[in-house]
Amino acid sequence: MTHLTLSLVEIATPILDRHHNDPTRLLQILHDIQDELDYISPETMEYLANKLEIPITRVQSVVEFYSFFHAKPNGKFRILFSDNITDRMLGNKDLFDHMLNRLHLEPDTVSEDGLVSVGMTSCTGMCDQGPALLINNMPITHLTPRRIDEICDLVKSGLPVSNWPSHYFKVDNNIRRADELLATAYNMGDAIKAAVAKGAQGMLDEMKRSNLRGRGGAGFTTGVKWELCRNSQSDERFIVCNADEGEPGTFKDRVLLQSFAGHVFEGMTIAGFTTGAKQGFVYLRAEYKYLVKSLQIFLENMRAAGFLGQNILGIDGFDFDIEIHLGAGAYVCGEETALIESLEGKAGRPRIRPPFPVTCGYKNKPTVVNNVETLCKVTEIARRGGAWYEGRGTRQSTGTKLLSVSGDCARPGIYEFPFGVRISDVLEECGAKDVIAVQISGAAGVCLAPHEFHRRIAFEDVPTAGSFMIFGKDRDMFEVALNFAEFFAHESCGFCSPCRIGTSLVKDMMQKIAVGRGTKYEINEIQRLRDQMKNFAHCGLGQTAGNAICDCITKFRPAFDKHLSSRDFLPAFDLELSLARSREVTHRDDADAHLGAK
Amino acid sequence: MSEIANTFTLDGQIVQFTPGQTILEAALDAGLYIPHLCFNPELKPHGSCKLCTVIVNGRSGSACTIKAMPGQEVQSSTPELDGRRRLQLQMIFVEGNHFCPGCEKSGNCKLQAVAYDLEMLNPHFPHFFPERPIDASHPDVMIDFNRCILCEQCVQTSRDVDGKNIFALAGRGMKSHLVINSPSGKLGDTDFALTDKAAHVCPVGAILEKRVGYAKPIGERKYDEQTIREQIAADAEGGL
Ligand SMILES: Cc1cc2nc3c(=O)[nH]c(=O)nc-3n(C[C@H](O)[C@H](O)[C@H](O)COP(=O)(O)O)c2cc1C
Ligand code: SF4
Ligand code: SF4
Ligand code: FES
Ligand code: FES
Repeated sequence: MTHLTLSLVEIATPILDRHHNDPTRLLQILHDIQDELDYISPETMEYLANKLEIPITRVQSVVEFYSFFHAKPNGKFRILFSDNITDRMLGNKDLFDHMLNRLHLEPDTVSEDGLVSVGMTSCTGMCDQGPALLINNMPITHLTPRRIDEICDLVKSGLPVSNWPSHYFKVDNNIRRADELLATAYNMGDAIKAAVAKGAQGMLDEMKRSNLRGRGGAGFTTGVKWELCRNSQSDERFIVCNADEGEPGTFKDRVLLQSFAGHVFEGMTIAGFTTGAKQGFVYLRAEYKYLVKSLQIFLENMRAAGFLGQNILGIDGFDFDIEIHLGAGAYVCGEETALIESLEGKAGRPRIRPPFPVTCGYKNKPTVVNNVETLCKVTEIARRGGAWYEGRGTRQSTGTKLLSVSGDCARPGIYEFPFGVRISDVLEECGAKDVIAVQISGAAGVCLAPHEFHRRIAFEDVPTAGSFMIFGKDRDMFEVALNFAEFFAHESCGFCSPCRIGTSLVKDMMQKIAVGRGTKYEINEIQRLRDQMKNFAHCGLGQTAGNAICDCITKFRPAFDKHLSSRDFLPAFDLELSLARSREVTHRDDADAHLGAK
Repeated sequence: MSEIANTFTLDGQIVQFTPGQTILEAALDAGLYIPHLCFNPELKPHGSCKLCTVIVNGRSGSACTIKAMPGQEVQSSTPELDGRRRLQLQMIFVEGNHFCPGCEKSGNCKLQAVAYDLEMLNPHFPHFFPERPIDASHPDVMIDFNRCILCEQCVQTSRDVDGKNIFALAGRGMKSHLVINSPSGKLGDTDFALTDKAAHVCPVGAILEKRVGYAKPIGERKYDEQTIREQIAADAEGGL
């Protein structure tokens, strides 16, 4: 055995033991191994496949699917700049170049000494305190050239990130407006006790009475979802908290997990009590890995206090516990069936629906998937009842909603408003002036122009999962659309052909426009591809991938026209430019060596 | 439930189905054609090519995955849907490298057959021209990844029928690709055999038997004689 294999065995054995050689824990195993070995080599893949008794292709499939796993060396320090449009507006590109210069690096290439690599990644959920980056999965926000210099010095010193001064990793909550959820004091166990006092059926009735609708985007009625799960015949049920929060521009779930974890966990426990599930999972996006430790301590405290584990509150058979499961950099894993695949240790390709998770989810058992915020709202209903809850918000959208506000405004951060609030009121409150557009609900959402700012945040008007990105008068809405096009091409899971190919075609056309070779032809093609994906794609990612781009085309056409060539069509391929190399080789530069009459 | 209740309409025609059947299965049994590519009657529906997209009671969905239900109104053969299918085929063609005139599968290829049937006249979009080296390491079978449409029929067949698990999909988005279960990643280093069912399921010319090139001349092949639509109608009649 070579030295390398020996150390692989030494490193992998305790990790595999810790995860009981369970292939459903493959993502967790890969995270732990990569923390030690920096990347997953073919040798490691083969070793893990043997130990877990799965095909090597299964390991390879997972490693290649997720952005945060690497099959090639990536350096002791892996730096990823968040590349949301809000980061771009705050100058992330210049800071990125500055860092590459300082470290004498090319993007995504490891330094010769194997120390460091620097790349870009999709929105990391720090839009209110950007530009931001992740270094070995730890977030650093509020980047400035000076901060970049300091980071470069620390990297060059070789000091492990775990020993860096903690102030670098400070993440602010920026709660700007608090209402029922954010302003109520937390007392551990109150919500669970209140739910238990109502009984499982009673709690379900309150849930239905409240008309609480899911905060993850689709807005399905939570009580109905729970009832479907409860009524499904099965020996086992599961509760999953969707903490994937990958939608560009949203970060409210991060704040809830950082400072309101008790609400989340109690909401899950109440869901378990009501549906009969005994196991809960928090599917946490890898960008929020820094929260794992504090979440685990919180869970320990709840167990110690008798609010998790066996016979909760001394009630025979009320067993429920929660495990945290890390994602690995894939937006599509926010889609509930892709999430479940990922939770089972596989690549996150969405399943065929129906069957829906409520009847056939994790391990093909009935499973409730709820958003972090939805689960927090459950504790309000447990404490104060469905009738009270229903009194806030609008008829079809009850209660309050957290908005993640970022972009051009004086006070970015978290705003809790009752549903029904006007866009203009939010803009006023966060100190936004001369706004030309607001992107609601992220890249998958809608782009609103000023004449629409009287509209309301509500399922019946402008629905949102929470992202609220503001664009001021100097912004180029073409750049916004370009960022979204690049995002979707990067995040398409690749399962279905409309989205896999469509998102790439759209991205290529947008980039062609960006370099001045686009015409009206491309604009029409992008709209045709949007319709194609909307009607043919397999999941919500592809179905919405072209929406915001086409909103921008419709509402901000001059921003696009500015970038267009006036010709009918220009090929992406520039023949004249491509002949440069031949001219060089043949030492010619005469008129005949050029195309057309110059 | 009475027999009569188990019917739906496909473009206005009444179609009988057995409970549990999908819309596509029921249509094919009745000799009615809905364009499709990744569907194989012997395997679980994959639902990835989306050529079989129909409109069921006003909503789009894949005919190969949606269960037939009494009273459904299904639209399939409309100019709008056929136009979208044509567009979808063009997208699939530019994604890979399909040089049909030089392909051993030409005339037997489902992708080509569906494209002929739907009168796809050109690829329309710029080609991606991906670089995908072929795998000729196996003594009897070669894989030309240039033509792979990621339908996973080989994956399913090898896993569920042959019990071998030779293939899988890896990667994400446009980087998705077929991988082979051996430490070298080469087919020659697996126990794959020409007698495996998976050696014969590929709808396109990606998995090919070696040394049988052009045994039957192009022009006399499966879909040269009859279009895929005619063939399916004939198959249904034979099966009745
Ligand atoms: C591409 C895609 C990404 C999604 N991302 C998230 C997410 O990050 N968080 C979330 O809660 N729901 C997300 N969803 C919605 C989930 O599929 C699901 O509807 C939701 O988690 C259900 O919880 P709720 O009913 O509490 O909203 C996403 C959906 C799609 C199609
Ligand atoms: S729509 Fe996109 S993300 Fe969804 S299944 Fe298809 S390829 Fe994957
Ligand atoms: S090799 Fe053939 S059967 Fe296998 S995924 Fe590719 S196209 Fe489908
Ligand atoms: S045949 Fe239905 S999606 Fe391919
Ligand atoms: S003719 Fe279709 S792949 Fe060869």
